[in-house]
Amino acid sequence: MTIGETTTTSILYLNGVSVSFDGFRAINNLSLVLEPGEMRAIIGPNGAGKTTMMDIITGKTRPDAGEVFFDGKVDLTKHDESEIAMLGIGRKFQKPTVFESHTVEDNLVLALAGPRNAIPALFHRQTKTERERIDAILQTIRLAARRSEPAAALSHGQKQWLEIGMLLAQDPKLLLVDEPVAGMTDAETEETARLLREIAQTRSVIVVEHDMQFVRELDVKVTCLHEGTVLAEGSLDQVSGDNRVIEVYLGR
Amino acid sequence: MISRFLAGGLERRINILLAILIAAAVLVPVLHLAVPASSPLHMPTYAVALFGKYLTYALLALALDLVWGFCGILSLGHAAFFALGGYAMGMYLMRQIGARGVYGNPDLPDFMVFLNWKELPWFWHGFDHFWFAMLMVMVVPGLLAFVFGWFAFRSRVTGVYLSIITQALTYALMLAFFRNNMGFGGNNGLTDFKDILGFNIQADATRSALFAASALALALGVLVTSALVRSKYGKLLIAARDAESRMRFLGYRPENIKLFAFTLSAIMAGIAGALYVPQVGIINPGEFAPANSIEVVVWTAVGGRGTIIGPIIGALMVNGGKSWFTGALPELWLFALGALFIATTLFLPKGIVGAWEGWWKQRRERDGAASVLPAGNPVESPAE
Ligand SMILES: Nc1ncnc2c1ncn2[C@@H]1O[C@H](COP(=O)(O)OP(=O)(O)OP(=O)(O)O)[C@@H](O)[C@H]1O
Ligand SMILES: [Mg+2]
Repeated sequence: MTIGETTTTSILYLNGVSVSFDGFRAINNLSLVLEPGEMRAIIGPNGAGKTTMMDIITGKTRPDAGEVFFDGKVDLTKHDESEIAMLGIGRKFQKPTVFESHTVEDNLVLALAGPRNAIPALFHRQTKTERERIDAILQTIRLAARRSEPAAALSHGQKQWLEIGMLLAQDPKLLLVDEPVAGMTDAETEETARLLREIAQTRSVIVVEHDMQFVRELDVKVTCLHEGTVLAEGSLDQVSGDNRVIEVYLGR
Repeated sequence: MISRFLAGGLERRINILLAILIAAAVLVPVLHLAVPASSPLHMPTYAVALFGKYLTYALLALALDLVWGFCGILSLGHAAFFALGGYAMGMYLMRQIGARGVYGNPDLPDFMVFLNWKELPWFWHGFDHFWFAMLMVMVVPGLLAFVFGWFAFRSRVTGVYLSIITQALTYALMLAFFRNNMGFGGNNGLTDFKDILGFNIQADATRSALFAASALALALGVLVTSALVRSKYGKLLIAARDAESRMRFLGYRPENIKLFAFTLSAIMAGIAGALYVPQVGIINPGEFAPANSIEVVVWTAVGGRGTIIGPIIGALMVNGGKSWFTGALPELWLFALGALFIATTLFLPKGIVGAWEGWWKQRRERDGAASVLPAGNPVESPAE
C-alpha cells in the first residue's frame, strides 16, 4: 500500500529492476525513488551499473524484471527512446554527444521542444519566442559568443555544456545527466554545479558523477550503486561514512 | 507554403546553377534547330542526345547525394529506382507503337506476340496514357523505396549492412527483369520506340525538347534539394547522419526522417530514368546491374558529396571521361573508374567541390588576416 502511494506521487519509481547481459547481472534488484523537484547524485565504482540504469529509464535497454514508472503512472518499460523523450525525460550521455557538423545554435534549435516529424520540419519557420529561448539558453550555458561555430570546434567541457543546453531546450521534467564534469577544469566544474542547481529548481534531476568535490557542491541526497544495486543512500556525509562504501568505492 | 519553402533554397551558387541549366534548356535547342548545320555553332544530334543523357545522370547523382551525402545512407541500389522509372516510361513508349510493330498487332507489343501471349498483362494497363505512365514513374520507385526503407530503417539496419541489402535489391530486380515471363521484354528490354506524345522520337525538335525537359527537371531537382537541405528538416537529415542516438533521445524518430529522404530520392531517380529512356531509345535489365549503382556513387564522390553542385559536376565529368575512354580504350574503363574512386578517396575526400571550397576558405582567411592585421588598431592589442 505504501508502495502504491510512492508510485503515484514520485516522478521516477524503480522497483526490483534487474537486467543481465550474457548472464552477467549489470543491474540487480535495483530500487530507487525520486520525488518531483528532487535532485539526486549517484556515485559508485566503474561498472556499478549507473549508465545502464539510465539506459533502462530512457528505453534503450529493456529490464528483465522489475517496474519502472515515470510521473506516477507511465510504465517506461512499454515505451521506446523517442516516446520516452517526448514524455519529458532528457538525457546527457557519458561521452558528450552533440551534432558535430551543426553550429552551436542549430544544436539547440533541433533540441527545442516542438514537432518531431519530417513534414512540419520542412516548412518550419523560427518564431520570435524560439529565438529568445535560444538566446537565453546560450547565455545560460555561456556559449553565446560561439553560437555560429560548428559544435565540433568546442572543447570537451563546452560540448558537455552544449549538451546540457540541448536538454534545457528540450524542456524535460526529468533530466538524467551522466558524468557532466568529466574533462572540465575546476572552475568549469564549479560553474556546472551552479548550473545544475539552477536547473533543479524547476525540474527533477539525476546526476551521475565520480568527482566528489562536485557532488559536495551539489549538496543533495546521494545514492551509491555497487554491482547493480543500491549500497547506501543518504546525505553525502552519511554515505561517505558508510564502511561498505569506503571499501568498494572511496578506498581506505 | 510550397513557394516559400522553395524560395528558402535560393542562395548565390544555387542561383547561378539554376541560371545555367535554364539557359542550357533554351540555348541547346536553339543551337540545334535554328543554327544551320554548316555553322560551327550548330549542335549535332548526337551531342544533344549525349548531353541530355548526362543531365539525367546528374539528376540521379543528386538523388543519391540527398541520401548519402546529407543523411549518410550509402545506397548501392539507386540505379534500380532509375531503371524502374525508365521502365515505366518505356512501357508508355511501347504502347505508343500501336500496330506499327513488326507483327502489326494493335493490342500487344512485339515481344508479347513473340511469346505467344494472347492478352495484355494487367500491369500493362493504363500505360497507353501519358499521365498514368508519368504517375507510375514516380509511384513505383517511390513505393519500393518506402517499403524497403520502412523495414530497413525500422530494424535499424545501417552502414555497410544497409549498403549490401540495397545492392541485393537491385541485383534481385535485374534477375527478375531478365526473365521473359515477367512481362517486361526479358533481356532485350523495351525498344524500337516510335513516338512520344504524338511526336516522332527521332525528330530533332523532339530531341531538343527532351534535352530541355532534362535540364529543367535537373533544375527543379536542384531547387527542391537545396530548399530541403536548408530547411529545419535538412538539419535533421544531417543530425541523423552524425548522431542518430542523440536524435532519438531528443524525441525524434530518425527512421522517419530517413524514410522521407529515401523515398523522395527514389522518386527523383525515377524521373531521371524516365527522361533517360527516350533519349537513349532503349531500357533493358542491364540498367539494374549492381555496377551501375556503384558508378553513381563514384560520380557523387568525385564531385563532392554533401553538396548540391558536387554530384552534378561529378556526373558530368566522369561521364564525359567515360564517353571519351570507351571510344579510345574501352577495355580499360572499369580500371580507370576504380582508380578514380581510390584517388578521390585518398586525395580529395570531399570531392572536387569540397576541395575547392576548402582552398577558397583558406585563401579568404589568409587574405582576411593579411588585410585586417596591418589596418588594425595598434594601440588595442588584445591581451594574450
Ligand atoms: N549493452 C551491454 N552489453 C553488455 N554488457 C554491458 C552492456 N551495457 C553495460 N554492460 C556492462 O554492465 C556493467 C555496468 O556498466 P555501466 O556502464 O552501467 O557502468 P557505470 O556504472 O556507468 O560505470 P562507469 O562509471 O565506468 O561509467 C559493465 O560491466 C558493463 O560492461
Ligand atoms: Mg557510466
